[in-house]
Amino acid sequence: MDEFILRALLGGAGIAIISGPLGCLVVWQRMSYFGAALSHAALLGIALGFLFQINLKLAILGVTLITSLLLMGLQHTRQYSSDTILGVLAHLTLALGMIVLSLLPGVRIDLLAYLFGDILSISWQDIFWIAAGGVVVLATLALIWRSILSLTLHRELALVDGINESRTRLIYLLLLSFIIAISMQLVGVLLIVSLLIIPAATARKFSNSPEMMALMAIVFGLFSVAFGLWGSLYFDTPAGPSIVLAASILFVMSLLKR
Amino acid sequence: MSPVQPGPGQTLLSLQNVSVIRRGERILDQVSLTVQRGEIVTLIGPNGSGKSTLVKTALGLIKPDNGKIVRGPRGSMAYVPQSMGIDETLPITVQRFFRLHNRADRATYVAALEQTGAAHLIDTSMHHLSGGEMRRVLLARAIIRKPALLILDEPTAGVDIGGQAALYTLIQHLRDKLQCGVLLVSHDLHIVMAATDRVVCLNRHLCCSGSPESVSQSPEFANLFGDSLARELAVYHHHHDHEHGLHGEICHDKTHAPHG
Repeated sequence: MDEFILRALLGGAGIAIISGPLGCLVVWQRMSYFGAALSHAALLGIALGFLFQINLKLAILGVTLITSLLLMGLQHTRQYSSDTILGVLAHLTLALGMIVLSLLPGVRIDLLAYLFGDILSISWQDIFWIAAGGVVVLATLALIWRSILSLTLHRELALVDGINESRTRLIYLLLLSFIIAISMQLVGVLLIVSLLIIPAATARKFSNSPEMMALMAIVFGLFSVAFGLWGSLYFDTPAGPSIVLAASILFVMSLLKR
Repeated sequence: MSPVQPGPGQTLLSLQNVSVIRRGERILDQVSLTVQRGEIVTLIGPNGSGKSTLVKTALGLIKPDNGKIVRGPRGSMAYVPQSMGIDETLPITVQRFFRLHNRADRATYVAALEQTGAAHLIDTSMHHLSGGEMRRVLLARAIIRKPALLILDEPTAGVDIGGQAALYTLIQHLRDKLQCGVLLVSHDLHIVMAATDRVVCLNRHLCCSGSPESVSQSPEFANLFGDSLARELAVYHHHHDHEHGLHGEICHDKTHAPHG
């Protein structure tokens, strides 16, 4: 096996493992559009990263986190539906990102690589980021799992139980921003959310507890990455979309169950 | 805050002149309310009268803009919400749901479910429960920690008539068994009247309160719920000091008062 394929597989597997449990939470909380808004904001992060010459992943992390906090804050005002607020903010950050990118003097940026991902160019350093970050993310998620699950099931019951809502939500958003920052390279801005949502949705039919579903989402994510990469090499198709297609095929097959 | 007095007739919850203002509107206006150990207090009032706000304020989910609230120690209150609204994609059984709230063994959960007549549901998915079953499961969850005060929001919403009466009987039974206080919000006036010690009639401010008989006879109650219903429930009329306008404001005009 060529080394670049091994790197792509390892990186993809790492992201699938982190996305599984987080993706379940996104599905349970009906936040897929929220995730999409955040991933649009990630493009602004890339642009700002180039502009200020800082690490792109850190820039994405920062921008998505600020955007998600803004979203949460605005949703509390209840003047507009959260759907409208998401629509405004997602596209504002996307437009800003494109403007900043166009203003950067003398920088040639492969925009397509950020929109659609370029997993085959993943480096060992990237894999280190995914592995180290993944351990931190999963450990943190394990710590807040009970709280975030309680809040997801019934906010007021959770509050009466004494669960700290703002802290739990803040940590959750930080984790979500992190997964967006690191999976950008794998599947690109446009497909990040699909990697969170689709394996989780597939896992639903095979689970009878939240934890089981998180585990099954990881399994389906791993299969999607493996099949998608294989398909991409075999049919010479782009890797990111191929992974998403593989995930979708698994989802459709899961619908046949019962 | 003054400490909650222990002993029989212990006050479990006390709201003193509590006001909640949202966007310049007084949702609760100087409401005072107490719940003692061993009594069932029912909160009634039309839609938009602030019942839910009062419950949330009592639970500490809403901070009042004015007034004082005295509660028991943390964990002494248990809440039974109106509905769960769990997303279909979240697989969860009754037992797993209980574990999230309180780490105990299966026997503890079964014992609690037995008290609410729902032991057979322990491995059922939360999505497959009927309205009445859900209420029994939520009640069981609430009593696991043996709370001093149970707070229930519309415990019979979405439950058929036969089930409603059974639920009120169950709530009374739990009150006797646990010797706890109960604060509940309800719409089902007929059943409420039979199964409660004290009725508090709310319309942003405290309209009237007292025993079911006295409240159902009060003109304030008639004004809120319509004369025919009030007549149906009440046998006697008694004297009153104010009337309600369209928006619940108090009109000190006795000319419209029904006489008895």
